[in-house]
Amino acid sequence: MDLELMINSLPKLLNAAVITLKLLSVSLIIGLFIGLFFAILRLNKNILINRFAYGYSYVFRGTPLLVQIFIIYFGLGQIEYLRSTVLWVILKEPYWCAIIAFALNTGAYTSEILRSAFQTIKPGIIEAGKSLGISNKVIFYKIQIPIAIRQSLPAYGNEIILMMKGTSLASTVTIMDLTGVAKYIISTTFKPIEVFIVAGGIYLFMTFIIHNVIKFLEKKYSFN
Amino acid sequence: MELLAFGDTGWGDELFYATLMTIAVSITAMFIGFLFALIFTPLKLSKNKFLNFIANSYTTIIRGVPELLVIYLFFFGGTGAVMFVASIFGYNEYIEINAFITGAFAIGIISGAYSTEVFRGAIQSIDKGQFEAANVLGFNKFGKFFKIILPQTLRLAIPNLSNVWQITLKDTSLISVTGLVEIMRQSYIAAGSTRDPLLFYSFAAVLYLLLTFVSMKLINRLEVKFSRGY
Repeated sequence: MDLELMINSLPKLLNAAVITLKLLSVSLIIGLFIGLFFAILRLNKNILINRFAYGYSYVFRGTPLLVQIFIIYFGLGQIEYLRSTVLWVILKEPYWCAIIAFALNTGAYTSEILRSAFQTIKPGIIEAGKSLGISNKVIFYKIQIPIAIRQSLPAYGNEIILMMKGTSLASTVTIMDLTGVAKYIISTTFKPIEVFIVAGGIYLFMTFIIHNVIKFLEKKYSFN
Repeated sequence: MELLAFGDTGWGDELFYATLMTIAVSITAMFIGFLFALIFTPLKLSKNKFLNFIANSYTTIIRGVPELLVIYLFFFGGTGAVMFVASIFGYNEYIEINAFITGAFAIGIISGAYSTEVFRGAIQSIDKGQFEAANVLGFNKFGKFFKIILPQTLRLAIPNLSNVWQITLKDTSLISVTGLVEIMRQSYIAAGSTRDPLLFYSFAAVLYLLLTFVSMKLINRLEVKFSRGY
């Protein structure tokens, strides 16, 4: 055990953890909107729209995140047309490519979580709203969405933790996040166990915090 | 399209063998995961606090740390660990471990943590009366486990194990960083030498989709088989 290396690498790894958290929070926020959008499409009665939304979630849940990042980072740059558009400003940055891939990936899982939450809302609640003369829009925003959010909290908490682990793949496209820096330190010092303990400890600490925040929210918004 | 042809002109055959490699690594990893689950599930269910602690640490650490970090630990640390063990037995030559074994082991340990949780949940949700009934009917420990508990556990566990299989299958793409030539690594090589990353990574995505689709169909059959009688 090389304690000195562990202590010396801690500040570097903590700095890198900030990048991990940035990647995580930005992609979760974008992913939540994508997820909500596709969950609403899934509830649509039109078969084409429904199939499209299902296809999206099927493809993104059925392929590894690594493939998705590589398609967006290496693949899209190959299309000549894209290089001439404004989009290229975003797509040439590995940071944004990673975020797009993460957001689309977590969006697919989030849409499934929200869809099942919407479907488990008792019809009686919506009927009660209707008989009170509340408009469909207000029922959706004021009744269905809050209940769906409450229902999906436990599953969404898991998704946040999975996504946090997923952000480690950003290191494959040259981003120096927590895993990227850990790998760099390992490959320069050849002390994998020490670095793993420190970096893994930081990840576990973040998991612990997320887990408890979700638990707290679940309690706060519980029905009884 | 000719880039995907079989033979010397295309990458079709290379990608085909890479797909077989992905399947082989996934199955090996899943199997190693079952072995880990076999050890850690009883520890989780044990009444001994210390054994509980060991099993809980295993599942918590593995499920809370990114897969890639675990793979790096094995990739960079695996050789050292094996050489250390070998040196105890007086063998001091350099030992290089095969990328397949390192990868399958790393993914297997991850998959094992998920399998452990699945089996724990399944065994815990079996009615206590089943255990008692088996005792009353005079089953010995083996008979009780294999004839009564295991069949019911499998029925409850298979839907969740299919999730674990999906996770394992997708995690094997990460082994490409260690140089094992599976789908991801082969696509990377092909994309590099043809300068056509879009085609090859999209094709890799299709291969993975195909694998998940086919395995889901097979697992659904298993599910029907194990839930007959319900």
